[in-house]
Amino acid sequence: MTAAAMTIAPAAAEPLLRVRDLKVGFSTGSGTLLAVRGIDLDVSRGGVLGIVGESGSGKSLSMLAALGLQARNAVVSGSVHFDSQQLVGRQRKHMRSLLGSRIGMIFQDPLSSLNPVMTVGDQIREVLFLHDRRLTGKGATARVLDLLELVAIPQADRRINQYPHEFSGGMRQRVMIAMAIANDPELLVADEPTTALDVTVQAQIMRMLRELKEKLGLALILITHDLGVVAGHADRVAVVYAGQVVEEAEVHDLFADPRHPYTRGLIASIPKLTATGSKLYSIPGAPPRLGAYPEGCAFHPRCIHAQDICRTTAPPTMAFGGHRSACHFADRLPPWDRGNEAERQGQNG
Amino acid sequence: MLNYIMRRAVAMPFILLGIVTLAFLLTTITKGDPLTAIVSERQMNNPEIVAAAKARWGLDRSLPERYVIYVANLVTGDMGTSFVTRRPVSRDIAARLPATLELVIAAMAIGSTTGILLGLLAAYYRDSVIDQTARLFSLFGSSVPIFWLGLALLFVFSVHYHLLPGPGRLDARLTPPPSLTGFMVVDTLLAGNPAAFKDALLHLILPSLVLGWTVAGSISRIVRANMLEIMEREFILTARAKGAGELRVVFRHALRNILVPVLTVLGYTFAYLITGAVLTEAVFGWPGIGSYAVIAARSLDFPAIIGVTIVGGMMFLITNLLTDIAYVFANPRVRLN
Ligand SMILES: Nc1ncnc2c1ncn2[C@@H]1O[C@H](COP(=O)(O)OP(=O)(O)O)[C@@H](O)[C@H]1O
Ligand code: SF4
Ligand SMILES: [Mg+2]
Repeated sequence: MTAAAMTIAPAAAEPLLRVRDLKVGFSTGSGTLLAVRGIDLDVSRGGVLGIVGESGSGKSLSMLAALGLQARNAVVSGSVHFDSQQLVGRQRKHMRSLLGSRIGMIFQDPLSSLNPVMTVGDQIREVLFLHDRRLTGKGATARVLDLLELVAIPQADRRINQYPHEFSGGMRQRVMIAMAIANDPELLVADEPTTALDVTVQAQIMRMLRELKEKLGLALILITHDLGVVAGHADRVAVVYAGQVVEEAEVHDLFADPRHPYTRGLIASIPKLTATGSKLYSIPGAPPRLGAYPEGCAFHPRCIHAQDICRTTAPPTMAFGGHRSACHFADRLPPWDRGNEAERQGQNG
Repeated sequence: MLNYIMRRAVAMPFILLGIVTLAFLLTTITKGDPLTAIVSERQMNNPEIVAAAKARWGLDRSLPERYVIYVANLVTGDMGTSFVTRRPVSRDIAARLPATLELVIAAMAIGSTTGILLGLLAAYYRDSVIDQTARLFSLFGSSVPIFWLGLALLFVFSVHYHLLPGPGRLDARLTPPPSLTGFMVVDTLLAGNPAAFKDALLHLILPSLVLGWTVAGSISRIVRANMLEIMEREFILTARAKGAGELRVVFRHALRNILVPVLTVLGYTFAYLITGAVLTEAVFGWPGIGSYAVIAARSLDFPAIIGVTIVGGMMFLITNLLTDIAYVFANPRVRLN
């Protein structure tokens, strides 16, 4: 039995994961370039937090750094509390006892995430042995078979001795999931878990993650560039732009009343089957490169609502109950209408 | 894959025949007259002696005839008789090959362990002082001339400090053990002679260090380059996210993925050193196949030259085959195709 199952979940006030002012930089010849610029996140026990943003906005990096898995040239500051334990600056040895046991991770491309020269069974067994020294070989194999069944991989007793390249993309991701939940984690971080998969398989994997979440009572961090994925599966959503959280809200509030122009643009770019035109909308321009963040609000060169103040002054974060937005005009944006938004942005951008 | 290996094994005799033919043809285009190795200068003026010598060594036959006779004999394991030692070439080689193998195996053991460790360290601590030091060390090993390094080490450890013995395989005052394997270290053990065993081992240290250093250079470079690439791969992150320690990440996850290129270099280096250890053998008075080849070449000892060529080629083929078999175990993908 895990520690989580034994303790009674504390009041909602104390989140399972609490990230405050997380900054991640890379030291280069011309000083340190910040890629994650002060991120705050809360993940409640059993909750699902979606982290959304364009590619390169710092989603992966912030979670990796929070768990001590950042590249060696990265500099991390801020605080990350997991079950009230501070993780930033913690010794590697201590981090290792959490990773793979109380915190599991899956990544975008299951083929490159699995070791090509180890059997699938050995890779799952490894995570079991790493966190349970008294485990016997037989016990481990039995557990692996259970896990493969749990993630619905047929013919587990045969599959256990196969190598990753003998699996299909979806099956590989199931193996990754089996490995990540092998030790009954309290938190599962899924970094673009369906991006590299076929559309039909994407839905299966998302359904499986949700079922496992219910069955095992784990909290889920769902990192994706696709707001559509978040809409169906997250409780709360954090929208990340240029290394900062620009908006954070309950998923329903976010879609019903987005309070940040960037979020509005993202929602407008979700492809709609019933759309009148076949043209897909996308936010004009491109996100800033690492370290080349515009003065004031980093989004201003792409924002149709930008005013002079946006070009000089970084916007404060405004809170509307549990809904936060970092925009000078968060309380004064025109009423939200998805259809109009694409048109309006199209004209101005 | 098994099929492929079988095909390779079947092809070996034919490749060998090709090597024999080439070696044979090459000896005919050299300008030198092999008779000078057989007949003394004074006797060269005596046509009778010259004719007798020609007949005795088969040099009066035409080239195609000589070729056919040679290949026919070769099939029975007969490589002809050395002009110089006047003994069967196969016996000469059998006596000298183990000495080379002993040296090369020791050098490979030293060179591959240090090479792999240095390569791993250099890659893991890339661009750090450790990396620079490891790279300097391997650069030194592969660029400093062997005879210089050998002589320098001999001078320091043998002549100056008397820590290690000089050239040769065994102290002249000791009785050599009966040659069972041809490996001095093994034969002295089998003979139950610990004093000789220790002496043989001490004799082996310097030459295998010198030769091993050059090996370490090339191995560490290939390990470093491949490790740098592998350590960036996503499954390394997965391993860390599972809670694996760095030693496990490097040895269990990364190293296993670079076995194929490392085995390739190891196999190639081993095969190359069988005849390529010649400088080391020369510096350390090591009676191996390399120094035999030098003597043979200098005296136009054709049977010996062709014999060494065949053995060298055979070593290459065998090592290649073994490397191929090793691939099968190193890479599950090869196993299926
Ligand atoms: N090891 C690294 N060295 C330098 N820059 C990096 C490194 N890892 C990530 N970055 C940069 O950090 C930024 C955020 O990357 P990432 O978190 O992977 O984005 P995403 O939101 O797509 O997951 C990007 O600009 C990326 O180029
Ligand atoms: S602060 Fe200004 S530029 Fe930034 S999102 Fe709001 S309106 Fe646009
Ligand atoms: Mg990412």
